[in-house]
Amino acid sequence: MRTLSTRRRHPLAGLLVLAVGLLITGGLYAAVAPKAATAEETASTSDIEAGRQLFLVGCASCHGVNAQGVVTEAADGSAGNYGPPLIGVGAAAVDFQVGTGRMPMAQTAPQAPRKADEYTEEETAQLAAYIASLAPGPQIPEERYLDWESVDEEGLAEGGEFFRTNCTACHNSVGAGGALPNGRYAPSLDGVEAKHIYEAMQTGPQQMPVFSDDVITPEEKLKVIAYIKTISEQPNYGGVSGGSLGPVVDGVWAWLVALGSLVGFAIWIGWHGTRTKKR
Amino acid sequence: MTQELEKTAPVGDPIADPGLPEHQYRPQDVDAAQEKRTERQIAAMFGVATLLLLGFCVAYFTIDQDALIFVDGAGNGGWSAMNFTLGLTLGAALLLIGTGIIQWAKKLMGDHEIIEMRHPARSSDDDRTAVMADINAGIEESGIGRRPLIRNSLLGALGAMGLPAIVMLRDLGPLPGDKLMHTVWQPGMRVVNDVSGQPIRPSDIEVGQLVNGQPAIFYETDDEGHPVMHGHDVLNAKAKAAVILVRMRPEDITPAEGRENWGIDGILCYSKICTHVGCPISLWEQQTHHLLCPCHQSTFDLADNGKVIFGPAFRPLPQLPLAVDEEGYLVAVSDFPEIVGPSYSFLDRDQKKLDEEMA
Amino acid sequence: MSQTYTPVEQTSTGKKLAGPVGWLDDRLGLAGAGKKNLRKVFPEHWSFMLGEVALWSFVVLLITGVFLTLWFDPSMAETTYTGSYRPLNGVEMSVAYASSLDISFDIRGGLLLRQMHHWAAHLFIAAMMVHMLRVFFTGAYRKPRELNWLIGLGLLMLGILAGFSGYSLPDDLLSGTGLRIADGMIKSIPLIGTHVSFFLFGGEFPGDQIIGRLYMVHILLIPALLLGLIAAHMLLLVYHKHTQWPGPGRTNENVVGYPALPVYIAKAGGFFFIVFGVIAVMAATFTVNGVWIYGPYNPAEVTAGSQPDWYMGFAEGALRIFPPLEWSWFGSTWAMSVFIPGLGFLGLLFVALGAWPFIERAITRDQREHHLLERPRNAPTRTGLGVAGMTWFGLLWIGGGNDVIALKFGLDLNAITWFLRVGIFVGPVVAFLITRRICISLQRKDNEVLTHGYETGVIDRSPDGGYSERHAAMPLAKQYALTAAKERPKQIEAPELVDENGVDAPRSRRERLRHRLRRFYYYGAAVVDKPTAEDMAHAEEHLRGSNEHPVELGEDFQGVSETGVPRVH
Repeated sequence: MRTLSTRRRHPLAGLLVLAVGLLITGGLYAAVAPKAATAEETASTSDIEAGRQLFLVGCASCHGVNAQGVVTEAADGSAGNYGPPLIGVGAAAVDFQVGTGRMPMAQTAPQAPRKADEYTEEETAQLAAYIASLAPGPQIPEERYLDWESVDEEGLAEGGEFFRTNCTACHNSVGAGGALPNGRYAPSLDGVEAKHIYEAMQTGPQQMPVFSDDVITPEEKLKVIAYIKTISEQPNYGGVSGGSLGPVVDGVWAWLVALGSLVGFAIWIGWHGTRTKKR
Repeated sequence: MTQELEKTAPVGDPIADPGLPEHQYRPQDVDAAQEKRTERQIAAMFGVATLLLLGFCVAYFTIDQDALIFVDGAGNGGWSAMNFTLGLTLGAALLLIGTGIIQWAKKLMGDHEIIEMRHPARSSDDDRTAVMADINAGIEESGIGRRPLIRNSLLGALGAMGLPAIVMLRDLGPLPGDKLMHTVWQPGMRVVNDVSGQPIRPSDIEVGQLVNGQPAIFYETDDEGHPVMHGHDVLNAKAKAAVILVRMRPEDITPAEGRENWGIDGILCYSKICTHVGCPISLWEQQTHHLLCPCHQSTFDLADNGKVIFGPAFRPLPQLPLAVDEEGYLVAVSDFPEIVGPSYSFLDRDQKKLDEEMA
Repeated sequence: MSQTYTPVEQTSTGKKLAGPVGWLDDRLGLAGAGKKNLRKVFPEHWSFMLGEVALWSFVVLLITGVFLTLWFDPSMAETTYTGSYRPLNGVEMSVAYASSLDISFDIRGGLLLRQMHHWAAHLFIAAMMVHMLRVFFTGAYRKPRELNWLIGLGLLMLGILAGFSGYSLPDDLLSGTGLRIADGMIKSIPLIGTHVSFFLFGGEFPGDQIIGRLYMVHILLIPALLLGLIAAHMLLLVYHKHTQWPGPGRTNENVVGYPALPVYIAKAGGFFFIVFGVIAVMAATFTVNGVWIYGPYNPAEVTAGSQPDWYMGFAEGALRIFPPLEWSWFGSTWAMSVFIPGLGFLGLLFVALGAWPFIERAITRDQREHHLLERPRNAPTRTGLGVAGMTWFGLLWIGGGNDVIALKFGLDLNAITWFLRVGIFVGPVVAFLITRRICISLQRKDNEVLTHGYETGVIDRSPDGGYSERHAAMPLAKQYALTAAKERPKQIEAPELVDENGVDAPRSRRERLRHRLRRFYYYGAAVVDKPTAEDMAHAEEHLRGSNEHPVELGEDFQGVSETGVPRVH
């Protein structure tokens, strides 16, 4: 203890404290931040051949030259996927994964994030055609199941029921997203195209379960899309919504804004005010 | 009004109390023009507040309740114009009134701090003695100490007064009985899709699929077309009977002994009600086969008999044995063999009874 | 500073008011009480107004709550919604939820009332908590105010219950999930939990009774109790007179400040409008609990990000991070992973807070009345314990929002949980040690300023070329405030463990424990003593040569900042 207190004024002491602080902070973040895991999924051709060429250049390194997937073995001997097989995933899966920029993945991570898409619509269609040509799978939805503005009020309410039963548990009641184990998450649905919402339900990308057309019919999917679109575009009637993330955000506003400003007022009231030497 | 202070330091204090500092005047105290200006400022605040409150009333009658403001370029979002205007006029008026009053107190009202002496919270010794004497007189004259028979019987009667109040609470609700032991599931009852009420064939479900299911009875109607169950009966029943169907590759599933035939081609049915405190759980990760509760993050492995793998839940998620009826739809073989929902104080007793019934 | 005014009989006020005042006093005899209290003195400091924020929020709650009861219908009967919120049109829901939607969309200003009521509720509890922290850290709960501390705790508990019962009323998916969790917590009470749950809910969860019952609790039972306790809290405040910070002329025997009539009444009354106004502006610009986004309650549905309001967040966090723990005894299930964090932690917190003034007094055996506030740094152990408690509470708070934190900061949900499972044990200890150390250092800093003067920021160059910073003595008032505030460390003598015959003294074990607790409690105070009169005389002599203040110092002067700018306040 004595050594510590005699050396604390050493010129390098501050630097040392800073370094220790940074190490602790960084270490804590590393402990809490999600671990990267091996990933999965998709890619592919309209003119199937064009798609195949695109596939060989952009996708084959992970998914194998024949889209059969690349199997890895982890250090503990368990089998894993470098990239999963894409045979039978269908055009819908390709359109979703590539169209939302999730594929190609930029780096290994607990899950592929949505980002700007790297392929043009035409290239995406070519890739989709190539994959669809390998084996039958879910097709890109027809236009009539995407025209959500045509849904009437009754359909909207029904879509809401489906949404609350099947979707809100992960995606939150306005589709703002939610956390999943080990650093994964259910993404926000805000601004996602109707087509991609449909394809996600149909194909179950990544950890999302499949909601097949046999159980949730295309008409019902359309109603769900209408509900999602309506609530994500509707007004925040009461003012700043804080991302509709629920009471946690309300608590932040209550403490910072409401209590904060009132403490400010209290300081003003308790302040002695300007005084003068004159009398 | 003021009192001279003692200016002696308590023993051990290095500095003697210098006493209250000399009073310093405010600009308003010495400058008449400044005083006048402050007075006008305060009156202006109250005047504007009055106008704002009138504005509140005007807004109440003139603004359309559906009107929006701050709508973004794409025509989305926006705030309720009514809420914003009413709140802001009211809030600003109140803030002006409050600020005005405080400004008045700070700038124009008397500015001399005054001193009040404290007294010990306790009463004087004389008062205490007198009170004790009075209490003593009361005890002596009533004879409460000398007549234990009266005292104790009265205390008994007063104590018994609490009983009616407690007994009256009995009819707040029925006794639990074995109500938590069973759900509405019956052998042969179909598992239907929640909301739409559609029965489900195994072929409807793909690997990786999740179906939020309910027992078919919620959607059945009697001969006159009325639902068999309605209102709160449905909600009460749903709170125990809601299920999820998931399909995994059969080779991924490791059924416990005796559960090998509870699934159909990798389709398994589990209770949707968390065994921790009862939130509905349907956050299913199709690749890891883990099911997460959004409330307290209990995680269950559905490929491993609903075992708890993380979080505060203690009991595994109850599984509903499945079969296929003659029309090819999924049905329950029986009610849940384990008690569903959150743990409760005599769950263990109920579970033993249930085991006997099932056996 | 005596003021002289015109004798009241000759003033217009006297002429106008003498009649009514006389009439009232003939019947109520209030002049005696009025004489003592109308000009009652209240000391001034911003931190003394935190409790006022809570009081005024409560008044706003009463006003807005009365309006809301005009339209809210606490029935759980099923109905079909036909109001103007389109996405729910035609949906089956309870009348309670439908009337909440009507208040939000079909009653003009109804949304504003709902939001004001909810913001006021948040503010009420938040203000009570910071007020309580202020009282704790300044030692204002000490004799004779222990009972008022307990009443305050009762108010906080009732406030939380009021908040929870109100949160549950709209019967939307979020509040229903909250009730579901509350039901699980009640059912976990050993032996009687299931019966309590059935009685509260009128049968199985959710039943058709709970909203009506909570409504009664929310608008009648709890407000009545709150009003009664608030009255008692205020009466005791008036009787004890407010505490004050030490300073020149401000001693333990007096209270210095402005008289209630007119200055303090004006300031407090004006503050009511300010609290009301801030709540109204909040309600105009920030959404709180938009019940329409959740949809009606359905026990088979849930939304990601289901949380209680923040004041229940620590109990929620405890529920989330507690490991699975459950056992059975003779057919009875003890669901400890629900009961301990859900109800046990809450009980632990309130019992610890309620017992603290008495524990502290048992350690110090301090029988004096305390009306001067103690600076937190001068009571390092208490301050350390307070910060440790806040750390514990804060970590559990993080637990209550771990999913939102994981989502928004890209963190791993499970890792946060593990971090907190360890953190709630380690964090408070670390916080305690660091805080106590900081307090001790701040005391040393005070002593240094007293004995060596403050740094003026003026650099002197000596004839031989050396540079040094000029120090100057603190103003006397400041010196007094610093020294008078602090008590000399206690001489802690080892207890007599044996009597004169060498036999173990009776109660020697308890004495030994008390001795150890005293050593622990006075640790920080015993390390640093304040200067003696000799030290100060020496310092004055030492500083006399350079005792030239580089700037003109006002009454409020408090030293010089690092850039050499004088600080006031």
